[in-house]
Amino acid sequence: MSEFAVEALNVVRTFDGGALRALDGVSLHVPRGEVFGLLGPNGSGKTTMVRILSTILAPTSGTAMVNGFDVVRQPQRVRQSIGLAGQYATVDENLTGLENLRMIGRLNHLRTSVAVSRARQLLEQFGLSEAADRSTKTYSGGMRRRLDLAAALVADPPLLFLDEPTTGLDPQSRQDLWGIIEGLVEDGVTVLLTTQYLEEADRLARQLVVLDHGTIIAQGTSRELKTRLGATVLEVHFFSTEDARRALALIGDASTKPANVEGTVIELTVERGPSAAADVLRRVDAAGLALAGLSLREPSLDDVFLSLTGHRTEKDEEPDAAPRGREARRARA
Amino acid sequence: MTTSPPVTSDPTVAEHRLRWAVSDTFTMAQRNLLAIVRVPTALVFLIVQPVMFVLLFRYVFGGAIHTGVDYVNYLIPGILVQTTIFGAVGTAIGLAEDLQRGLIERFRALPMARSAVLAGRTLSDIARNVVVLIVITLVGLAVGFRPHGSVAAYVGACLLMLFFAYCLSWGFAFVGLAAPNSETAQAMTFPLIFPLTFASSIFVQVSSMPGWLQGFARDQPVSQVAEGVRALMLGAPVGSSVWISMLWALGAIAVLSPLATMRYRRAD
Repeated sequence: MSEFAVEALNVVRTFDGGALRALDGVSLHVPRGEVFGLLGPNGSGKTTMVRILSTILAPTSGTAMVNGFDVVRQPQRVRQSIGLAGQYATVDENLTGLENLRMIGRLNHLRTSVAVSRARQLLEQFGLSEAADRSTKTYSGGMRRRLDLAAALVADPPLLFLDEPTTGLDPQSRQDLWGIIEGLVEDGVTVLLTTQYLEEADRLARQLVVLDHGTIIAQGTSRELKTRLGATVLEVHFFSTEDARRALALIGDASTKPANVEGTVIELTVERGPSAAADVLRRVDAAGLALAGLSLREPSLDDVFLSLTGHRTEKDEEPDAAPRGREARRARA
Repeated sequence: MTTSPPVTSDPTVAEHRLRWAVSDTFTMAQRNLLAIVRVPTALVFLIVQPVMFVLLFRYVFGGAIHTGVDYVNYLIPGILVQTTIFGAVGTAIGLAEDLQRGLIERFRALPMARSAVLAGRTLSDIARNVVVLIVITLVGLAVGFRPHGSVAAYVGACLLMLFFAYCLSWGFAFVGLAAPNSETAQAMTFPLIFPLTFASSIFVQVSSMPGWLQGFARDQPVSQVAEGVRALMLGAPVGSSVWISMLWALGAIAVLSPLATMRYRRAD
């Protein structure tokens, strides 16, 4: 078996008779046992790639092997070896949490008794036992995502596709979900994650690919990309411009790029935010200067895009309002 | 509990494929039936409309319509046929909703039979039609409907309607998959079912229509079903209409089910 969970070569997918090239020759090599990130804004082709790899959509040209099976010639084999969870939390609202998972288990061809015990086990694992027999209509957004993820795990697949798993979630639910995903990887699952959040890709993925308009515009480890694409900005606020001017001489060398002073604020570009902040704090304190404030700003996907392409991401739609499938594609087109 | 559930069969073996296709279809049908039980208002609305039609034609229009038999006896078999066909619209709406919510997307990525989503949907829609048939029969009896045929013939008439609606619902499955949302799916079905149910012998005799319409109205499949059902329920000579209806139904499913399945396979 190949060392890669996913091997895609020059995948092209066009829509509307070729008028729209959603993917324009994308190649991916996803190693087993880690999280691989597909980073990009709406319309960059992330979801199309996941739909092709999960056999929902056929590529216009190019080849893709998933767990050693060809997505076009052996789709059924591929489907038996993957789990898919998505940004739209596709659970059946008319069923309870348990019924949802049992249904997915049966459709994965588990015996009913196995499907039910597996469902209970997953509900327990994801903190949904209490809500097991409640209609999923009553679930919060975070609970739906967890159930959606549980549904993808019912058949214990070695490879998971997570299409923007935390888009639209509140910070706490996002943290919870990240913890769950990290736990899965510890258990040996391979995850292909799409996201528009640099922070998420940075936290979870060892390797990243950045997509823009259906082509890969950067790839590497998260650290490599961050160094190339911009780093954390440390903002140090003072009470007076005089203090700021004096402090600049003390802390200016902490910045990897020339420090930027604007009135009472000094902006430092730093590699490791927290330790740089502590360092700055010590130096300013030792000099007897009073701080008005200190803040760390992570580079956003926007910053990354700006430095890679010279243009900002096109925020043309709210991800949560986007319908799935045909409509979503048209909206993104 | 932590043993990983093995995938139990080779998907390339035909015998397994068939067994799983049946199993998957029942899983899907079960899920759809649960939805009917959980959201009974949908069923109530499905029943309200034909009840209104019964009352409207029995008490408002009925006096002006002459059919040679007591109009209520002419009307109720017709309403039953109309209602089962309207029920098939539910197939389109249900699939369009599943598509809209992203459920079809999830099903497409599962190792389940490609035919099961559609077969399960059309199967569970039969169950809904059975409920509607029973309720409208009772309403009909309450407003004076007196079937003269045998109980067996009545059941046979119901089976004919259910079978015809089932075959037709594969066409509506295609509509549901092709529509961008459930509202549009519903709107798209009207131009299909309006001429079929109204330019037919469901409410009035074809001979009362203008000459240019009579040919279509007499020979089109819904009129054949209505004639067959009416003859069975009223204990009249059945003639050829039952067989012609069956042929229409078989022809419809032979063409429509591959079409709908192809549409299901082709995500875009």
